[in-house]
Amino acid sequence: MSENMIQTKEDVQAAMKRQAEKSAIFLRQDKIFAGITFSFATLVLLVLFGILVSLVVQAWPAFEEFGPAFFYSTTWSPTDGNFGAGIAVWGTLVTSLIALAVGVPVSFGIAMFLTESCPVWLRRPLGTAIELLAGVPSIIYGFWGLFIFAPIVQEYIQPWMIRWLGEPFFAGPPLGLGIFTAGLVLALMVIPFIASVMRDVFETVPGVLKESAYGIGCTRWEVVKNIVLPYTRVGVIGGIMLGLGRALGETMAVTFVIGNANRFSLNLFAPGNSIASTLANEFAEADPTLHIPALFGLGLILFIITFVVLAASEWLIKQGQRKAGGH
Amino acid sequence: MDRRYQKRKLVNSLSTLLSGLAVCIGLLGLIWILATLFIKGIPAMNWAFFTESTPAPGSEGGGMANAIVGSLLIVGLTTIVSTPIGILAGIYLAEFGDRSKVASVTRFVTDIMLSAPSIVIGLFVYALFVATTKHFSGWSGSLALALIAVPVVVRTTENMLKLVPGSLREAAFALGMPRWRVSLDVCLRAVKGGVITGVLLAIARITGETAPLLFTALNNQFFTWNMNQPMANLPVTIFNFAMSPYENWQELAWGASALIAILVLMLNIVARIAFREKTQS
Repeated sequence: MSENMIQTKEDVQAAMKRQAEKSAIFLRQDKIFAGITFSFATLVLLVLFGILVSLVVQAWPAFEEFGPAFFYSTTWSPTDGNFGAGIAVWGTLVTSLIALAVGVPVSFGIAMFLTESCPVWLRRPLGTAIELLAGVPSIIYGFWGLFIFAPIVQEYIQPWMIRWLGEPFFAGPPLGLGIFTAGLVLALMVIPFIASVMRDVFETVPGVLKESAYGIGCTRWEVVKNIVLPYTRVGVIGGIMLGLGRALGETMAVTFVIGNANRFSLNLFAPGNSIASTLANEFAEADPTLHIPALFGLGLILFIITFVVLAASEWLIKQGQRKAGGH
Repeated sequence: MDRRYQKRKLVNSLSTLLSGLAVCIGLLGLIWILATLFIKGIPAMNWAFFTESTPAPGSEGGGMANAIVGSLLIVGLTTIVSTPIGILAGIYLAEFGDRSKVASVTRFVTDIMLSAPSIVIGLFVYALFVATTKHFSGWSGSLALALIAVPVVVRTTENMLKLVPGSLREAAFALGMPRWRVSLDVCLRAVKGGVITGVLLAIARITGETAPLLFTALNNQFFTWNMNQPMANLPVTIFNFAMSPYENWQELAWGASALIAILVLMLNIVARIAFREKTQS
């Protein structure tokens, strides 16, 4: 170590020079490191861009062949090479809306129970159990839906609904499989997502606000209805949109139970198809001239719809959190 | 006055009752699915299940060995590739691009990619990789899964790094450490547990993903270590076998579903416990 000992003026200068060199090296290393991390971060943006471009390019032959009618025509016939997205888009939207109609009230109930009524010691285990529901792979929902849930819907729920509700939406023979059952399975799948967002935004309500309401004699329900919900409205809508985004793009759970029929019907008990289930069923064996481009076209429609819904959800949830941060 | 009070009380009890019922529906769903898997799946898991390859149509016996190995290879490769990418991208968002425009756009897009339809990711990889190499392969399956796993790792890494107190960073800077070493050796090390949680959650997420593998890894009836070939994997095999008319195929599919569910739920629970210890200490 003796050569590093600083004794004379020259030594001081040498040490300063070494230090300067070291700083320069550090600076260069930092630049390289920042560059590497930056390029990986922008990779995500590149992928998004790549997805859009590749879907448009691959789908182009179908758009050229069928024109704008591709987006709403309800013929989908691989045998005569005539393709329109109408049936699949309808199936996608209707199954997702059924999922929301069933899933949102249940999710709201779960969030309300977890934040207002539930004893504190039970909150964590119950919350975890609901979140585990989100961890179950979707193929298992589908498998379970096909073998266990659909027969029960067919046996008990459908005959009853056909009898009391009937035409035009709940008619025909109770098949078990179809758009309605797919919507119910989707509902079970999106409940954990919506419920956990709702619970998180409900927890942002300032205690003082709720206590004031309880203080003037409000019941628990009145507090939720008049204080919690108005305060968290934006975040709640964001959570619902997140569930919608999830439901629209869900593949396996739907493919198992939707019945896979390319026929248009207003009847919700009839078998149908969604965009994702059409892709899952037909892609691997599709003819490359028009069938594959048409399937890519479906993928593009799905991607754009979910992107818009998820972007809206993201923005709304952020808005809700900002409000909570700024009070 | 009294009747109105009664009515308010009634509405309140009703709402509490219904919200409790909602929790029961959620729990019932979870228990029902798990019970089904245990009743139908556990009996199917015998020695042959883990040692023999998938049976030909109509033949007896067989197991899931090729699909288990395929899934391990595909998921393993995905984890090895997407962990460093995700962590580095997360470091950029938290440490370097804090308030820049690029970072906020990336953050937004990453959040959307977390919920983007996985089947479209499969289409993308098909167009990009399978269509150019002209054949299905294990590689392309891993690529598709990596596109799903990376956003999960990015977001957890960034969120964890944000928990690192600024004073720790400043202390390291004051010692003359370069920025990259502060990021890797101080900040990242401080939140190691949280980042590992993110990786575990990413693995849990991709283990059960089926849709992106349908037209990338496809399936293979035979045992293979070659990732350049179509590769058997648990989710796609479950899909094919569950839809088949053969009873022994369906039994194997139940077994495989139970295996995946146990694995995924264990990962979720372990990740949660690890994270809880981290945040409490």
